[in-house]
Amino acid sequence: MPVVVIKPPTGWEAIDFKELRQYRDLFYFLVLRDVKVLYAQSVLGFSWAILNPAVQIILFTVIFGKIANVPTDGIPYFLFSTVAIIPWTYMSEAMAQSSQSLVSEQGMLGKVYFPRMIYPLTPLLSKLVDFSISLLLLLGVLIYYKVTPTWNLLLLPIFVVYMMLIPAGIGLWLSSLAVRFRDVKFAMSFIIRLLIYTAPVLYSASLIPPEYRLLYSLNPIVGVMEGFRASLLGGAVPWEFIVPGMVVGVLMALTGAMYFRRMERVIVDVI
Amino acid sequence: MCGVTTERPETKGECDRMSNEDLAVTADGLSKVYRLGLKEQVHDTFARAAIDFIRSPLQNYRKYRSLYQFDDVAADGSTADQADILWALRDVSFDIKRGEVVGFIGRNGAGKSTLLKILTRITPPTRGRAEIRGRVASLLEVGTGFHRELSGRENIYLNGTILGMTKREVESKFDEIVEFSGVERFIDTPVKRYSSGMAVRLAFAVAAHLEPEILIIDEVLAVGDAEFQKKCISKMQDVRKQGRTVLFVSHNMPAVAMLCSRAILLNGGQVVMDGPPGEVIGHYFSSDGSASAEREWLDPETAPGRDVARLRSVRVVDRDGRTARSVDIREDVGIEMVFDVIRPGYKLLPHYYIYNEEGSVVFASLNQDPNWYEKTYSVGRYASTMWIPGNYLTSGTLLVTPTVITRSPDSLQFDEPQIIGFNVRDNMGPGTARGEWGGELPGAVRPLLKWTTEYSSETTERKDFERQQS
Repeated sequence: MPVVVIKPPTGWEAIDFKELRQYRDLFYFLVLRDVKVLYAQSVLGFSWAILNPAVQIILFTVIFGKIANVPTDGIPYFLFSTVAIIPWTYMSEAMAQSSQSLVSEQGMLGKVYFPRMIYPLTPLLSKLVDFSISLLLLLGVLIYYKVTPTWNLLLLPIFVVYMMLIPAGIGLWLSSLAVRFRDVKFAMSFIIRLLIYTAPVLYSASLIPPEYRLLYSLNPIVGVMEGFRASLLGGAVPWEFIVPGMVVGVLMALTGAMYFRRMERVIVDVI
Repeated sequence: MCGVTTERPETKGECDRMSNEDLAVTADGLSKVYRLGLKEQVHDTFARAAIDFIRSPLQNYRKYRSLYQFDDVAADGSTADQADILWALRDVSFDIKRGEVVGFIGRNGAGKSTLLKILTRITPPTRGRAEIRGRVASLLEVGTGFHRELSGRENIYLNGTILGMTKREVESKFDEIVEFSGVERFIDTPVKRYSSGMAVRLAFAVAAHLEPEILIIDEVLAVGDAEFQKKCISKMQDVRKQGRTVLFVSHNMPAVAMLCSRAILLNGGQVVMDGPPGEVIGHYFSSDGSASAEREWLDPETAPGRDVARLRSVRVVDRDGRTARSVDIREDVGIEMVFDVIRPGYKLLPHYYIYNEEGSVVFASLNQDPNWYEKTYSVGRYASTMWIPGNYLTSGTLLVTPTVITRSPDSLQFDEPQIIGFNVRDNMGPGTARGEWGGELPGAVRPLLKWTTEYSSETTERKDFERQQS
């Protein structure tokens, strides 16, 4: 017989993984809901998951590749940007949705209890479906440019997990903040537009002067981009760009989870 | 009860282990404090908060913290010097045995919903502690998490898991749920194509098939048509027969009286009475100094109502239009509701339910004024008054539920259960139904009726007369 003790919360609390596991079926159906609802009543349906990054890639190739002629270490610009835009699309969408998750689900929040952390974590998985579909586009481009896979490809799963860690950290931090400050929603849309320039999505990280590289690579998005490029296109893995960001990313997710656990108890009273 | 409160239930002493077996819920000194003026204190824009924060960082930190930290609230709960503190719940303790069906009653704002929100873990208590032994399912609102774009089938799974079932449990109940809801034909249609009645039926069906050890319900009986409500009540009776524990919050006193084995009356966040439902309900109605003769909603945003009409005030008036807490049994009494119509082109039907102290409906009355019945209402403010003639009601306290629906299709705009009340003063003498009779005079109403009496002096003569006629 399960016994639930209800008492006033005190101090910092650990993540209750056991409870999260009990609710895994709910987790699954919430992800399923997000996926089904997103393209409901649209003609193109899941094709949007390909169309959306494809349009961006073409646009950036024309502007940065053809007109501005940004150097890409000898990689064709179209290939160069495809490899980065696809994880970027995932990260930016998951970030935006995760940080709004509590506000947009406030109706449910006040009516029924389940681990609150499920709200910001659901978009990480539902957006992964779009990401998987857009991998088809990536595959097509890789085949078109006759890229031969290298052993680096085995590292890709690590970088996918790393890619998910970033919206997780930001989502956990900002979703509870967004409850108090609705500004988060407006700030997110332009921050995301700016963030793309802070990481080597459209340009090559080798353009950064060596003395600034450590500082630059503290941005965890840098590591994801470099990691995706190295594992898909081959060549030496630039760990000096990847490791600092990974550390920051893990710290962000951990502190985000702690902050979220502390804030979740007042969310319903303050929202 | 032992009064021993240790951190871990498994380390409890002998006597608590005994109570573990037959207690489903224990609440010990539960309190919930809200700080009023939340709106003024929280900055809605980050910029303003940031500027303020730079100006006086420490003060601002304290201010934010004060929204959810209450170290400054005295342990004994004395808040004389703190006008901004609201005790939504104050030192509430009770034990509920396994298999009990307990009704929580009290006026709006008495703390019933706050209590349920704490017991369902939606919001934590400020003080005190509760223990819940067994799986809990709560129905604070039917259809939580329903999504319009998903089909009935998908919503059953989603809603079921939100309410705490596993996928396998939903699967095993699926056919029963569909049959109970009566929407078999539309099960793969998006819920947005359902009528509102169908959606509610489906949502309730999911909730009704949860099999928790403890079921927490808030006012779900208010939904659906009479037929469906009957279904719901019989479902609750089944749950009770299966020996499950039910915590039930309702304004529907006959339902509480019928379904519950015990009732707890809350007022001002505190337990006022705890006992057999009949006695507690009686106390609730007799002690109702709190049911005022007038209610007003100043803020149109928070006024009860939906898309078409908003209730702005409701009051009891005497013949001269003055608010009346108490009226003489011989006098006409009016019930006036003032409502705003905010969307034109609907036919509105205002009506009232009048309840007596026992919680029975004495009567219900619809606006049958030919000038307004079946007319479409334009945007504006309306004051509709129902006049109850003198010498119609019996003496005692009566409670009024004002309601407005829009017609074809019927859609509820507002329904404020027993929101105001008034007292009918007994009187004797000429012009009363009682006359000079000082004894008991029972009945739900006490009309002064017309009597006719025919008299003849000799009964036999009359019979002879009749015989002659035939």
